[in-house]
Parts: sequence; C-alpha cells; structure tokens
Amino acid sequence: MKKWIPLILVIVMAGWVLSALHQKPETGFHAREFGKLPVLMNGRFQPFDSVARNSLLQIRTKQSVVQEENGKTQTLTAMEWLLETMMKPESANDLKIFRIDNNEVLALLKLPDNQKYYSLNQIRPQVDELEKQADRIEKIESANRTVFESQLMKLYETLNLYQRLEISLKPPASDDFAAELEAFQKSIGPGMAAVQAREAGQKFDLEAFNTLLGFMGGYDTVARFALPLVIPPVDINVPRNAWQNIGTNLMQTARTGEMNPATKFYAEMVTACRAGQPDDFNRVVGEYRVWLAGRFAPQVQKADQEFLFSTMEPFYKASVIYVLALVLALLSWFNLSDWLRRSAFYLIGLAWVIHTTGLVFRMYLEGRPPVTNLYSSAIFIGWAAVILGMVLEKIYRDGIGCVVASFTGFVTLIIAHNLALSGDTMEMMRAVLDTNFWLATHVVTVTLGYASTFVAGFLAIIYILRGVFTTTLSEPTAKSLARMVYGIVCFATLFSFVGTVLGGIWADQSWGRFWGWDPKENGALLIVLWNATILHARWGGLVRERGLMNLAVFGNIVTSFSWFGVNMLGIGLHSYGFTDAAFKWLILFIGSQVVIILLGLLPQKLWRSFQPRASAQA
Amino acid sequence: MLKPFIRLFSSLKLTVTCLLLGCILVFWGTLAQVHLGLYKAQNEFFRSVFVYWQPAGSGSHIPIFPGGYLIGTVLLINLLTAHVRYYQPGKRKIGIVLIHLGVVLLLTGQMLTDFLSRESNLHLRIGETRNYSEADRAFELAVLDTTGKDSDKVVAIPCSLLVRRGEVSDPGMPFTVRVKTFYANSSLAQQPQPGYDPVKTIAGPGSGIWWRDVPRETEMNRMDMPSAMVEITTPKNSIGTFLVSGWLDRPQQFIYDGHTYELLLRQERFYLPFSLHLIDFRHDKYPGTDIPKNFSSRVRLQNVGNHEDREVLIYMNNPLRYAGETFYQASFDADDHGSVLQVVHNPTWLTPYFSCVLVATGLLIQFLSHLIPFLKRRLAAPGSADVSSADGAVRGSAAGRRDPSSVTALRRVDAGAPGREKK
Repeated sequence: MKKWIPLILVIVMAGWVLSALHQKPETGFHAREFGKLPVLMNGRFQPFDSVARNSLLQIRTKQSVVQEENGKTQTLTAMEWLLETMMKPESANDLKIFRIDNNEVLALLKLPDNQKYYSLNQIRPQVDELEKQADRIEKIESANRTVFESQLMKLYETLNLYQRLEISLKPPASDDFAAELEAFQKSIGPGMAAVQAREAGQKFDLEAFNTLLGFMGGYDTVARFALPLVIPPVDINVPRNAWQNIGTNLMQTARTGEMNPATKFYAEMVTACRAGQPDDFNRVVGEYRVWLAGRFAPQVQKADQEFLFSTMEPFYKASVIYVLALVLALLSWFNLSDWLRRSAFYLIGLAWVIHTTGLVFRMYLEGRPPVTNLYSSAIFIGWAAVILGMVLEKIYRDGIGCVVASFTGFVTLIIAHNLALSGDTMEMMRAVLDTNFWLATHVVTVTLGYASTFVAGFLAIIYILRGVFTTTLSEPTAKSLARMVYGIVCFATLFSFVGTVLGGIWADQSWGRFWGWDPKENGALLIVLWNATILHARWGGLVRERGLMNLAVFGNIVTSFSWFGVNMLGIGLHSYGFTDAAFKWLILFIGSQVVIILLGLLPQKLWRSFQPRASAQA
Repeated sequence: MLKPFIRLFSSLKLTVTCLLLGCILVFWGTLAQVHLGLYKAQNEFFRSVFVYWQPAGSGSHIPIFPGGYLIGTVLLINLLTAHVRYYQPGKRKIGIVLIHLGVVLLLTGQMLTDFLSRESNLHLRIGETRNYSEADRAFELAVLDTTGKDSDKVVAIPCSLLVRRGEVSDPGMPFTVRVKTFYANSSLAQQPQPGYDPVKTIAGPGSGIWWRDVPRETEMNRMDMPSAMVEITTPKNSIGTFLVSGWLDRPQQFIYDGHTYELLLRQERFYLPFSLHLIDFRHDKYPGTDIPKNFSSRVRLQNVGNHEDREVLIYMNNPLRYAGETFYQASFDADDHGSVLQVVHNPTWLTPYFSCVLVATGLLIQFLSHLIPFLKRRLAAPGSADVSSADGAVRGSAAGRRDPSSVTALRRVDAGAPGREKK
C-alpha cells in the first residue's frame, strides 16, 4: 500500500490543478466572458480580467471582494467587481475595497479603526482633506516620507486608480448609455454646424450648440482620465496598437461624425448591465467578441491566453503543493520512512512542473526571458532553487534536498505574491532594459547566482538547526551536508561572477562604463566576494565544517541585501521598487539569520546531535 | 631575506583577509552613497588608497580603512606571488590558473580604466553640428582671439591652474591672466542677498552682480559652477579685471593691440578629428503610457581626414564606436529636440570581455572536473562509502600545506562517496 501513496498523492494534486481548466458555466451576467475581451493598458494588450485582478490587488491586496449584506457574505471575483465599478459605480461605491492599515490615516479621514477595508462612500466626506495632504506630500521625495505620509499617498493613489476605472466605460452622469450615444450621434450634424457658424460670427442654433457641448463635456472628462484603451482603430491605415479610450474616441466621433462599432457595443453592454438584463449583456459581449476576432485576431487570442493563465493560477497551486511536500519531507526526517520522502519528492516534481508551466507561459505572453522585474526574479530564484534541491535529493536521498526544494519554492512564491501587490507584473520594459539578449544572459545568470547562494545558505541552516535542536544530524548526514554546501557555493561563485561581469559588460554597452559602483552592482559584487571568501577560507583551512555552515548562512544576508536591500537605498541607476513592508521583512530575515549564526557558534557540547560523537571521542 | 615576504604575500590567509576587507569596503561604500552621493563615495572608498576619517572641526585626515586601490593591489600581488610559489605544470590546475588570470586581467583593466579613461558629453540640438565634446564637471578658462574671419584662436586654461590663483601666461597670449579670486563652486545673484558679496570688477559686465562661494556638489547629477575674477595684465599696464563664471553664457570682451579677445569660463572641451550632426532624435513611448520604449539619435558622421561621410543610428544599448571614442545615447532635452551623447574614451574597454571568458571557462573546468567524476562514482556505486578518509584528507591538507590551490585535497573530498544514511 505504502508503495502507492506517492503516486496517489501526485494524481490527486494533479487533478486539483487541472480542475481549473474546467469551469462551471456562468449564470446571470457572464463576467468571465467579458473578462476575456482585450484592452490596451500599461502599454500592452491584456484581457479586462487582468486589469481587474491587478487593480484590485493594488487597492484591496486581494483578488476578490467580500461583501456583507444582511448578515450574508457574498464574494465577488475581481472581474465582477470591475464590471460593477465601470457600469454601476453608484452601487460599487459602497463596496469595502480600500485597505487602510495606518491609524493616523484613519484618524485623518475620521474613520472607525475596527475595520480593515473601507468603501469610497465612507472616505468621501474627507476627500478634500486627503487631497490637501497629498498635495503637500507629493513634493517630498518618497525616500524621505514618514510612514503616515507614504501610507496616505498609497491610499491616494489607489483612490485615483479607482476613480479612473469608474469612468472607463461610461461618462459619470450617463444612465442609459446606448440611448445617449444615439442622441449624441444625432446632435453632431446640427451641433457642428452651429459651432462653425458661431466661429464664423454668424447666427447659430443655440440649442443644437448646447446639446453637443453638453455631451462633449462628459466625454472630455473620460478622454482625459479613463485608463484602459478599450476602442480599437477601424481605419486600416492606423497602426494596430493605436487604441483609444472611449472618451477620446467619442471626441473624435464629434469631429468625423462616424461612430466606432466597438463604442456602440460597449454602450449596449453598459445599458444592459444597468437595466439588469443579463441576456442582452451576454449577447452583446458575444457579438462584440465575434466582431473583434475578425479584425484583431492576435489581440483576442493573446487576451484569451492571458485569461487562461490567470485562471490556472499556476504559482498559487505550485506553492500549495510545495507546502504539502515540505511537511512530508520534514516528517520523513523523524519518522524515517522512505514513503514520506518519496511522496515529498514526487510532489515537488509535480509542483515544479506546474511552476515551470507558469514560468514558460509568462515568458510566452511577455515575449521575454524569464526575469524582467523583481516579481519574476522571485519566481525564477524559486524555480532554480527547486531544481538544485531535487538534484541534491536525487544524489543523497536523505530528505534534505526535498526540504530545501519545497521550502525555497514555497517561500519565493510567497515573496512573488507580495511583490505582485504593486501592480501589473508584466509591465513593459523601460528603454535601457528593452533588450532580450542582456535580460537572457546577465539577468538570468546573476539570478541563478542568487538562487544557489540561498540554497547553500539554507542547507547550512538545516545543518545548524538539526544539529542544535535534534539528534538527527548524524555524522554521515553532517558530512554530506558539508559536501552539498561546498558544491553549491562553487556553483554560486560561477554564476554570480559570470552574471556580475556580464552586467558590467551590459553597462559598458548602454552607459559607457563597465563598473560604476552603483548599489545594485555593488550588491552583486558582494555576493561574488563573499562566495570567494568562503571558498578560500575553506581551502586555507581557516574554517572547518561548522565554520563553512556559518559563512554560508551569512551568504543569505549578503544575498538578501543584494536582492532587496540595495533597492531600498533609493539611489543609483538601478533603484526600482521601494516598498516599506519589504524593508520590515528584510530586517526580520537578517535578524533570523544572525540568530542562526549565533546558534551555529554555540560550543559543540551544547549541540544535541554531536553528543554521542563527542563522548565517543572522549 | 625575500622568503618571509613571499610567504606572507602568497598566503591564503592574506587572500581571505583581502576578500573580507573588500566585502566590508563595498558594503560600507554602498551605504555611504546615501549621504555622500555616488560620485563622492566612489572617490573616497573605491578610487582611493585609504578611507579617511575627518574629525569634525579639524582639518586632519586620519586613514581608518584600506581603500579600493590598496585592497585591489594587495590582492593582485597575492594572486601573482601565490601562482609563482605554487606553480605546477600540468593540466590539473588549468582551471584555477584561468580563473586567476581572468581576475588579474579584470583588476588591472579596471585600475587602468580609472586612470586612462575619459568621459565627456556631446549635446546636440536637431540640426546642430559639433566637433568637440564637453567634460562633465571640469571647467576651463577659454581665451579666444576672435579677430580672424574663419576661425578663432583659443588658449584654454584648465581650472586646476586657476585654483592656484597665480599668474598664467602662454606664448599664444600677448598678455598675462592673473587670477584674483576663484570659487570652485559658486552662486550668483542680481540683488544683494545675505552671504553674497558684490563683484568688484573694473571692466566688462559683472558689476551689479553679487556672488558667493558655495560647498562643492556631491550628487552624481549636479555639478559645480565655478566663478573667478581675473585681471588681464600686459608688461605695461592692466587692461581690466573681469568676472568669469560657469553661470554666464556671454563672454567678456576686450580689445588689445588691435585684436578682439573674449574670455569665457566654460566646460572643458575635447576636440574630435571628425564631426557629428544631429539629424533627428526620437523618444518613443509605449502606447497609452509615458513609459519610454526607446531613445535614438540619427547622426551624420563626417570625417574630413578620410572623406568619410555617413549616417549612424545611436540608441539604447547600441553605441557608436569610432576612432577610439564611444558615443552612447545618454540623455535628451525636455522638448525632445536635442540629444545628449556620452562620449567615452577608454582604451582598456575590452578587458572585462576577455576576463569574463577566462574566468567563466576556468570556473566551468574546475567545477565540472569535480562534479563529473563525483557523479559518476556516486551513480555507479551508491552506498560504497568511506567518509572518514575523505574527512581526513581535508583536515590533513588544511593543517599541513596551505596551498591556495589545493585542488587535490578537495578533489579527494568530493570524490569520496558518502554512505547512504538509510536504505
């Protein structure tokens, strides 16, 4: 029976992962179908669903909204929330979506501090005060802001994002948008005639003039603030990516008199949604999709693919399986039964396959090498660390590789999840970074260097913790751990050195200098120097087994400084992505590593594991 | 006599010490950038022999830590002496030799770069042609004889001479420039302001202006704006005292001996044997955003010397390398009608490329020559272990020979197949 457990576990988990491919048919408004429609935002084509997920992550730090009504809780998906926000803002304004943690911000907005999330309508009475504060804080450099100031700015920015989304499909005042557009189209002829007559100083039809201008006032607001570009160009001479937001498009209609069919489709969707007519809504979504697929097939296809990627949630699912594997692998150390270890190993294999699928899918969607920003670096570090752990497990078969693989896989995916809170993770690459060659060579190698240094450090942590607190660190285990750490440090030296020098060469290609002592460069150099120090200290006999372990744990501190710490200094050409929460975690992480090194420095007689050996020697 | 030195300089302890000091220096120097700025921290920590501590209020400099040059040089000597001392012919150490050769090349290359390379800027508006680039920070006092119709005669006096405040004469000038006051970084004002002194000039515009000395800039993106008061004297008499400043665009003019002269304190110029003409500058953005997609300058390169005349496109990650100079797309004007190219003259630019190949090859050889036999043994005969002998090998070697490249010992460790913990 036990022989089959690993296989059964893998099949069950694989079934759970694949279940995402088959979804229950939607009833009512087909939000999912609507979510597949392509729009242009952040410089790239993406489905509405991604706009919804990324926006809600920024606003609420979750991908769903929990709503309480008459004691009953109802959960809205990100797309359902965005649909309501864009089409029925008056009711969306009551949804509690703004996450405010800072008590000073709550006090300023006169909000009760017993909630985690607040609605726009709760914040609205104090919006003037919020804007006044934001005006002042905007002038302060982000590195010099207090916690209150940065939290307030964060709220202000999410509020801004929300309000821009709210007017992305319809002007603020309009109710039956489809009917309004018809009236607007009719008013263009007489209205424009009146405008021209007025400019020429002749008598003009005041009513026609005012009607047209009334419409255009609303559309102008939309043109200036609406976020996603939802209307594709119909003119085949216009570049394929010259999409417009609905306001800009209607302003153009006022000049040309021609209504873009896409605008009409969206207006009908808004009207159907507001009138509570799901059948009409679903029909128009389907019609628009057909219309669009005939003209913008690649964009529709790309949106579908990204939608599939988001619904699959490969990284979330992989992280769940990693946790399960971690528990089994840890148990295997104590229980010593091989089926636990084998189950863990197979589950890690499954999680890694899913992890890889996600990674490759992302690369395909972006058309880029695996690492393009901090978020994808976390995913890639985890991916590489899992491979190293699995290789170690294959060689040593003692459960250590499994623990390393599952733990680093899980933790890096959690880090990635938190990094995703700052917005679109597939953002476009700024000019200097827009080079697949250097992203594929320098960034990948240097990230492999990070991953392997972390793996060496984590192996050393296992050595110390097992040695100090348990009796499971037998002499052969200790020896094999030492060999693993040594081997991985060699590997890390190779990748971090080559990666760092390639980075210098890239800098030479783009800025004209190989080395500029920029913080990010220094961070990478520190990893190289530190790994070289470990190797030379060991060759010189300056450290033995335990010393090697302590140095390797310190490698974790060096790498975390290089990966995250330098970004927090707020200087240099490389500084991107400062986050307060990340700083707190970095300090906690460094503190924990220091504690582990102190444990590692304890005299051997206090280690539980080496007792028998010590007495044998005596 | 020489032996103790060789022993000291070739020891692995010294290597580890240098590497550790290097780690501390890099970390410290990185943190120091927050307060000192990138430029100053670079000079104080990395491009220096010592890191100095300046107690507040006293003018003394106390060296407290080895700087980048010192650590780098000791590491170099360490590496070279170790290789001389432990050199053994044969294939076994080829990896280590390649790695260290690469590191030596990288270190020397970078030190040479610090002394031999020169960075300057070439700012072109669309339609403009230039045959010189300007220094980022250094200024010069240009004395121009503009009497000639086609070209000016220029005598350029670098700021390093002005700082000394003495007299400067040159065969190209029929007079002497006497520096009365020199501020390395200054501020000018139209009205009297606290801390500002009135400019006491006798000739030329400048009277009515107020000026003061200000602290030197340390930020990478800001530069010093020097000002000076200079007197032009001939053997017979003084022609006048003039205010020259980086802030003033218009030159000071005077006439002497039938020639018209101009005085201008300007960014130091480096003349090129060819000229660049900016045809167009593009600043592309991603649709619907302000995220820059690309910056590119289309320039016309004209070299009268060899009649070369062609168009070149310079864009991000694609510089123009020509006649020993490299032109990079560095910046642009706010109105998108002008482009700033960074001009780098660096004869040692190729060293990192070679070094990278050497070290990567060396590391790969070294790494694989341990990994492959280890894996072979491990996979061929799992469970046949002799752990204690492997352990003894490393201890023995550590205590006995302190060989910096004691590969053999390590190889034995790696090769020793450990026992499987449980079956």
